[in-house]
Amino acid sequence: MFVKGPSLGLRLLACLVLSLALMFSDYRYQHMDQVRSFLTVAVTPLQWAVDLPNRLWSWGAATFSDRNALLAENALLKEQALQLSSKNQRMAYLIAENLRLRELLNAKKPNKDRFLLGEVIGLDADAFTHQVLVNRGRRDGVYEGQAVVDALGLMGQVVSVSTYTSRVLLAADTAHAVPVLINRNGFRVIAIGSGQVDELMLSHVPDTADIRAGDLLVTSGLAGRFPKGYPVAEVSTVRHEPGKPFATVSARPLAQLERSRYVLMLNPLEATDNTDLSVTGSVSPETKAQE
Amino acid sequence: MFVILFTFVFALLLAAMPLPDTFLWAQPEWATMVLIYWCIALPHRVGVLAGFFLGLCMDLLDGSLLGQNAMAMSVIAYVALLLYQRMRNYGALQQALMVGLLISISLLIFQWVQNLTSVAADTLAFLLPAVTSMLLWPWFFIGMRTIRRRFQIH
Repeated sequence: MFVKGPSLGLRLLACLVLSLALMFSDYRYQHMDQVRSFLTVAVTPLQWAVDLPNRLWSWGAATFSDRNALLAENALLKEQALQLSSKNQRMAYLIAENLRLRELLNAKKPNKDRFLLGEVIGLDADAFTHQVLVNRGRRDGVYEGQAVVDALGLMGQVVSVSTYTSRVLLAADTAHAVPVLINRNGFRVIAIGSGQVDELMLSHVPDTADIRAGDLLVTSGLAGRFPKGYPVAEVSTVRHEPGKPFATVSARPLAQLERSRYVLMLNPLEATDNTDLSVTGSVSPETKAQE
Repeated sequence: MFVILFTFVFALLLAAMPLPDTFLWAQPEWATMVLIYWCIALPHRVGVLAGFFLGLCMDLLDGSLLGQNAMAMSVIAYVALLLYQRMRNYGALQQALMVGLLISISLLIFQWVQNLTSVAADTLAFLLPAVTSMLLWPWFFIGMRTIRRRFQIH
């Protein structure tokens, strides 16, 4: 044999023991997250490289697209902006009214959520998990457990953060659950990922509960992880099965989990290093919930 | 040395490429194939440790449990090192079958851990990458051999 040093079997044993120890501590202990985030920096160039063709393509498309297409797109965007701002006018009045009513009731004023714009730079190349990689990391104020939304609804939450990137667990993953309430009547349920990107399951819904297809589910803010009032899903089917104590309810996520390129990360920490690139702003959850 | 490293990096890039869900199920295990090739061709340079570090990179890229791919890859490198003399003498078909078997083993190890820690596949469809890798192996082998001869890696 060519092998010098310790024998082949011994090397395998060492590697096995090492990987078992790694898996055990990664599974059990929280502080391994720091080790992982440190190591992830080493593969960050790879993650950027994977996204490179995509970025080149969109850069090329933008550079070489013809004038008419750009004009048409511009007109469309202007129209959209007009529509949105007209909606927003009514919303401003409603928010003001809401505040006045809350003051009458001596209720606490709702917080405005700040957000950080992120771009999806990688999808998970694994059929069993639903995660995406976002180009914002600890440097930009991202933290674990941070809620992530897109233009239409809740995407999921941040599960691991490294210096320049972070990993977002999508709401459709089987490991994901979010406390929601039915917008129509305030009934509280928990929406659990089904593993399919277009379906969430609602757990432990009593057979007698007032819930029907088409109901809008919004975050309830009860677990303290997701801010209140963001749309999550729309109930698609409600099945009552005589033999079972709970109804089987499935819902369709409103966020475009597998298509969104830009995401908003809510309430980032104060960034340690402020770059001009990071677009931040504020959005009020009421505005979104009404849409 | 750089060429070997480059092939590994390229394989990792291929493995991390975003694909539609249907293709994802049958995506060939590029990184594992590269590892097996180098273990057969240069058993004195690429071995269990290389497999371990390759697996660790895969774990970091996939977001899977740290050590999950690393364990599978070390085992694959070990088996490939045990078999390399025989593998060299096999014909293309026999070699491809053997590679399919090796990759199935690595997928199986991955699924075991997946089953223990979170949700695993409920069908045998997770073995599809082994089939596609097996089908691609003869061409992959010729390509890698060309690279090895071109850059005269011993």
